[in-house]
Amino acid sequence: MTETNGHANGQSNGHPQGFVGTRQIRPDGVDKVTGRARFGADFNLPGQLIGRVLRSPHAHARIVSIDTSKAEALPGVKAVITREDFADQPSEFIPAGEMMMNYKDVVRNVMAREKALYEGHAVAAVAATSTAIARRALKLIDVKYEVLPHVIDVVEAMRPDAPLLHDDLFTVGVEPKPEKPSNIAKRVEIKVGDVEAGFKKADLIVEREFKTAPVHQGYIEPHAALATVSEDGSTELWTTTQGHFIVRAHCARLLGLDMGKVRVTATEIGGGFGGKTVVYLEPLAIALSRKAKRPVKMVMSREEVFKASGPTSGATVRVKLGATRDGKFVAAFAELKYQAGAFQGSPVQPGTMCAYAPYDIEHVHVIGYDVVSNRPKVAAYRAPGAPISEYAVESVVDEIAKKLGLDPIELRMMNAAHEGTKAAYGPKFGPIGLEETLNSIKKTEHWNTPLRKWQGRGVASGFWFNIGGETSVSLTVNEDGTISLMAGTPDIGGLRAALTSVVADELGVPYEKVRPIIGDTGSLGFNFLTGGSRSAFSGSMAIVEAAKQIKNELIARACKLWEAKPDQVEFKDGAVRPLGALAEKVKPMTIAEFAKISGKLGGPIGGVGRINAQGAGPSFGTHLVDLEVDPETGRTTILRYTVAQDAGRALHPAYVEGQFQGGAVQGIGWALNEEYIYGEDGKLQNAGFLDYRMPVASDVPMIDAILVEVGNPKHPYGVRGVGETPIVPPLGAIANAMESATGIRFTELPMSPPKVLKALKEQGRNKA
Amino acid sequence: MARVVLIGNLAQLTGGVAEFQLRATSVKQLFQQLAELHPALGPHLEEGVAVAIDGQIYQDSLFEPIGADSEVFVLPQIAGGG
Repeated sequence: MTETNGHANGQSNGHPQGFVGTRQIRPDGVDKVTGRARFGADFNLPGQLIGRVLRSPHAHARIVSIDTSKAEALPGVKAVITREDFADQPSEFIPAGEMMMNYKDVVRNVMAREKALYEGHAVAAVAATSTAIARRALKLIDVKYEVLPHVIDVVEAMRPDAPLLHDDLFTVGVEPKPEKPSNIAKRVEIKVGDVEAGFKKADLIVEREFKTAPVHQGYIEPHAALATVSEDGSTELWTTTQGHFIVRAHCARLLGLDMGKVRVTATEIGGGFGGKTVVYLEPLAIALSRKAKRPVKMVMSREEVFKASGPTSGATVRVKLGATRDGKFVAAFAELKYQAGAFQGSPVQPGTMCAYAPYDIEHVHVIGYDVVSNRPKVAAYRAPGAPISEYAVESVVDEIAKKLGLDPIELRMMNAAHEGTKAAYGPKFGPIGLEETLNSIKKTEHWNTPLRKWQGRGVASGFWFNIGGETSVSLTVNEDGTISLMAGTPDIGGLRAALTSVVADELGVPYEKVRPIIGDTGSLGFNFLTGGSRSAFSGSMAIVEAAKQIKNELIARACKLWEAKPDQVEFKDGAVRPLGALAEKVKPMTIAEFAKISGKLGGPIGGVGRINAQGAGPSFGTHLVDLEVDPETGRTTILRYTVAQDAGRALHPAYVEGQFQGGAVQGIGWALNEEYIYGEDGKLQNAGFLDYRMPVASDVPMIDAILVEVGNPKHPYGVRGVGETPIVPPLGAIANAMESATGIRFTELPMSPPKVLKALKEQGRNKA
Repeated sequence: MARVVLIGNLAQLTGGVAEFQLRATSVKQLFQQLAELHPALGPHLEEGVAVAIDGQIYQDSLFEPIGADSEVFVLPQIAGGG
């Protein structure tokens, strides 16, 4: 279902209406459904070795010594690497997914140096002629540890007497500067207006504390890398990643390689969701290959994925929101404490900025803390930081609606950000679609369907900024007139289909005549990664530039051929067409006709788009969920779910809907079941899909998707990024539905059956 | 002159001053003028910030024009997960 607002772009900007906005078959679809598509672990090279990683069994331990001699002596072992194989890095911050990461930490995360900081932290790696030999070699590596006290919980890690992870970590963002190190890496703050004065105007203030558990992105495909390093240092790497140019940069830096000698190919990717924006195996595979002088393949087990790759933060969040008796929000405060894992860099900054972004509130103050603890370093996860803070806010918004006797959609509508609203993080919004999503939800049959006992309904809204960034694409007109499109951002959610539609429309050729591929780092200029809801937004802008070059070249050639002036011709519908009197002398010439004789007219035809895309439009969404609680078991069943989100303009509606649905399902898991469970020993107890409970198809109903299209005026087709926002509202919507079903406000995620049952028992309500 | 507002922790580097009136016509000039006024800001502006000019957010875009009456917010850099 699509609802287009009057100022959606695309119909009035001169772009032809062809394939954009239609549901074309994805060009990579056949290979994916037949099993022919090659994912990370599908790549092999002759003579390759198998790499395996030795990981710390301790949550926190000083590494006293590492003796690899016995492993190296084992027949079949060709290389062993440890901290000695990686030069230390100076403190330098670099973008990593949604947050900044420090190279000093990156080198320590890929291979522990002074200390092992979490269970699963890499301590050594081997390359051997078989998996069995590699495993045996790991057992022969003698690591002497001095086990240290550990800390897992974020609040405990903030205590002055907590075990200290880094003795050189001094809290940034506080005055005076601390004299002692702590686990609090940073304090951040967003402040507009005067919250104290604002709260004095409030007739009702609701203040609550919430807790969320760390959750993993849960991509089905584990991390995998295959590296080969030649004698002259030329390096090739195949890896499953959201950004192969970023992988190249990190590996070159960590291993002292010239970037130009490192060629990285992004394989097909079986999910990333932010978790594949950093490096784990890649530098190890290259280091092992360099040492062994043979190709090295490494694939993580699922247990390794859970223990050693980044989930997103768990957090403690305190929210205080004030409203007048008629429902106008007047002041808002929040304090966010986010786990960063073993190294600084949680998504707390975007958490602070997003917390109140959906609302027009004059006085806002949000404080955030970035806190390290003995867990794997967090990585990005869709709309990093936003689901946590917005869950807490949306829960309190719902409570205010109930206390004031207001309809929750009407309350949100009354306070909703709209064009001209000053965002809680400062600037004014341009055209945005939050009100349209609320209206769309209110009009659904879903909203008006009656519920039965133990059933509940919840609604929540959400926001994400979206980004653009550096992007390169190339378009080549082949000799037969077909078009080769090369993009440099891995296709995770239907990118090739979306971009192919744009190429087809820009050049006026059939969709089937465009063949998209994802180029390696040697084939295109730099591309920032697929993340931040940027790849379709930025890629389509770059294509418009590349297509313009082709059209201009064809016009120039036609003018030479026809001895005409540029104003006597035009490019339209895939051909250069003569205008006026010229039309009586010559016939239009198609791209294919130009391609056939391109050699005679000056050579191959093509265009490149190299841009730093700006103008990303924020995307707002509103989710509606019905659920049923079983009072005897505490199990929650999602009965019905509707997503409405502003896509600006959907290049490929099916894949935009897929983003909505996927985000909703991941949010359902986050809200109801998923959590990292640690024992007293600081070890993860549920590092597998049997015990880490993600939703499967039978757990969720069909997610209904409503495409709202309020065009982004800064994009030639009106596009907004859509991948992040859908995971923001589910947590709040489900918590609100749980309250509706049970009368209990759950303030801790996940709302798993044991917790629900316990809460029902405490209130004597655990009987049907 | 453009109204320039520092959001987040940047004002800690300016002795608490969060708002400026500057005659900058581009992001490049804006950064130069801010760094001249408060040298401690320089490395942070180079490291990466976002700039919202009249509501539109730009990142790593030094040549973006700033109007005489523009409202400019200097924000923490924004990226994302995917």
